[in-house]
Amino acid sequence: MNQKTPRSGAKKSLITRRSAIKTIGAASALGLAPGYVRYAQAQTSEPLKLGFQLHSTGIGAAYGRWYDRTTQAAVKLINAAGGIAGRQVEIVTEDDGTDPKRGAEVVEKFASQHKVDLVFGTLFSHVVIGSAPRAGELKMPYFVVSEGYHVASGALNRYVFQPGITDVRSQVSSMAPWIAGNLGKKVTMIFPDYAFGHDHRDFFTAAIEKQGGSIAALLPIPPTETSYTKYFPQIPAETEVIYHVMVGPGVLTFVKEMGEHFGSQRPQIFGFIDSLEAVDLASPGLEFLDGTYFWEAFPRYAGANQSAEDKFYREHVGVDGNGASTADAKDISTFSHMFGCWETLYVIKQAIEASGYQGPADKAKLIEATEALTSFAAGNEHPQGDKLFDGKRHQCYGHQFISKVEGNKLNVVHKTSIEDGQYENDTDYTKQSL
Amino acid sequence: MSLGPHLLLAIMEGTVSAFVLAVTALGLSLVFGVMRIVNVAHGEFFMLGAVLAWWLTSLVPEAPFWGFMLALAVAPLLVGTIAIVADRFVLQRLNYQPEATIVATIGLLYILQQAVLSIYGPEARPVVAPINFRIVLPWFGYSGYKLVVVGAAILLLLAAWYGVTRTRFGLIMRATQFDGEIAQAFGIPVKRVYAAVFALGAMLAAAAGVLVVPLQQAHYLMGLDPLLLSFVVVIIGGLDSLKGTIVAAFIIGLSDGIISVFFSPTLAKIIATLAVALVLVFRPNGLFGGKVR
Repeated sequence: MNQKTPRSGAKKSLITRRSAIKTIGAASALGLAPGYVRYAQAQTSEPLKLGFQLHSTGIGAAYGRWYDRTTQAAVKLINAAGGIAGRQVEIVTEDDGTDPKRGAEVVEKFASQHKVDLVFGTLFSHVVIGSAPRAGELKMPYFVVSEGYHVASGALNRYVFQPGITDVRSQVSSMAPWIAGNLGKKVTMIFPDYAFGHDHRDFFTAAIEKQGGSIAALLPIPPTETSYTKYFPQIPAETEVIYHVMVGPGVLTFVKEMGEHFGSQRPQIFGFIDSLEAVDLASPGLEFLDGTYFWEAFPRYAGANQSAEDKFYREHVGVDGNGASTADAKDISTFSHMFGCWETLYVIKQAIEASGYQGPADKAKLIEATEALTSFAAGNEHPQGDKLFDGKRHQCYGHQFISKVEGNKLNVVHKTSIEDGQYENDTDYTKQSL
Repeated sequence: MSLGPHLLLAIMEGTVSAFVLAVTALGLSLVFGVMRIVNVAHGEFFMLGAVLAWWLTSLVPEAPFWGFMLALAVAPLLVGTIAIVADRFVLQRLNYQPEATIVATIGLLYILQQAVLSIYGPEARPVVAPINFRIVLPWFGYSGYKLVVVGAAILLLLAAWYGVTRTRFGLIMRATQFDGEIAQAFGIPVKRVYAAVFALGAMLAAAAGVLVVPLQQAHYLMGLDPLLLSFVVVIIGGLDSLKGTIVAAFIIGLSDGIISVFFSPTLAKIIATLAVALVLVFRPNGLFGGKVR
């Protein structure tokens, strides 16, 4: 290279008229090209385009509707407060049908057609796992709101972050001590037979054994199952605690049939609220759950000690003190998950502003700035509470709640500390190239 | 739990699903038998029955029993009307060509499914069972309503059998099935028979949907499973055999119940699919199917 430099410098002095005209022509053509002009202005005035990968249809549709409402509420607030780095935020929504294959196509569409700055909002773990590799190949920053362990496990890639919601491994690790101490040590787990359920199986088993407990039985349920009665006989008689985490449209049936099976002589029951997100606790058949316990990421019922930010958040999303829509008391939110969209948007804001991000050419800067984040303080931007962020794992860690069902309501009985949910692993995405 | 009660539970579960399946699959079988149409939207009629049942019962929240009776009477009629409209404006216009109607009913499937998503929403909504009691056996408790489902399904199957074999409409239907052109030459309004059969098939699916909804919930994607299982049943039983459909529903329902209790539900699905493959290889017309004409 060094040898060539003087030669090309020598050539420059020999400008012919023809080459001069060519150069001028090319330069003016470049200037006139519409894309170039827009790009020149984009640095300050054009809105930031955020691709919102939404489960509008498919089995995730009930979640998707609330992810959308939360996102729109947060963006409205962000724009009213001057946008991100002085630029207004424009949300470009694409439905992925809660389908992994379609998810990857949606990521592709965001990159090639909509030309968004980043993509966020994916929830269901199989869709995240289906879409994230494509985001990595396209070098598209991809902020998921999924609670799966697949980000922190190191299974995905450097472009994928989960800064708005704690992962399953941390959630179950933080809850095991309370379960072992208050409910019992012999646990039977009922979980969906795919990635999300397997995270529960693996990490809860490890966590309860650490507390001196044991697993009495594991009951994996295929995701398409509609009837559960046939599984309950497999619950061993010595079971002290049933741990259930079911998702999808069959959950009400699951709870009802569990009630029919056990009647009043039931073991202690601990469930993940995922089983009953978007479901009214006063639904027929759910009386059986009275006196059982649930994990919640963010308490659905605003208790007596409601924080100012909880109030602020509910007011702007349009959720009442019972976790239902203010417009329709029968329309129950997915309260323990959707805050993740709100908080993720504020993390994106923080990262973009810290990185000096101007346009797609600065994506590497944005990734590095996100990795440099370490904690988020509780407040209107993080209404669920304070969190730690691990830049190597691309994952945040927050408080968890355990609530008891009493009179068709959930009352918080325990709040975990962030330390309860800590675990060891050696994921380090920052070692991957950008 | 020991083997005896375990097996009992498996058989009870299998019986319930077999009866529901028999009613649903019978609708599919009738439509194929008479019209030679593979109705891919059949599962959506099942779903519509369940969703309409939710709507109708929510009209009379103070009397769940009468609300459910209303749903059982009205939901199939509404679904039948939708089927007649679909027949008139879609199937008839395609002259009931087998290939074209497959594609058309796939379209119908999506139209119905997405319409329900838009109007009714993405949630799974519960319907209160009209009769709610828990049967307490020494080893486990069981939903009493499931036995009601079995009873209602038996009545529906008997009515369908009587209708097809003992009534004038059944005779006309069988004549049309035997040879549409000759039937027309004898003055049978074949198009109207087709419309009626298509509606009847849809109504059977809808009735099964209404019966099942207190056990499951009304959800816009619930039609897929019954559709697949109905095809399995109809292929094994023989596409135009009433008896074959019912026998196959029992084989599939009971084996599904027993295999999934003792082994795994995935294995039950594998075996059912394998059975379809074997039947197609060795008895392409199904166990009870007649000769292809």
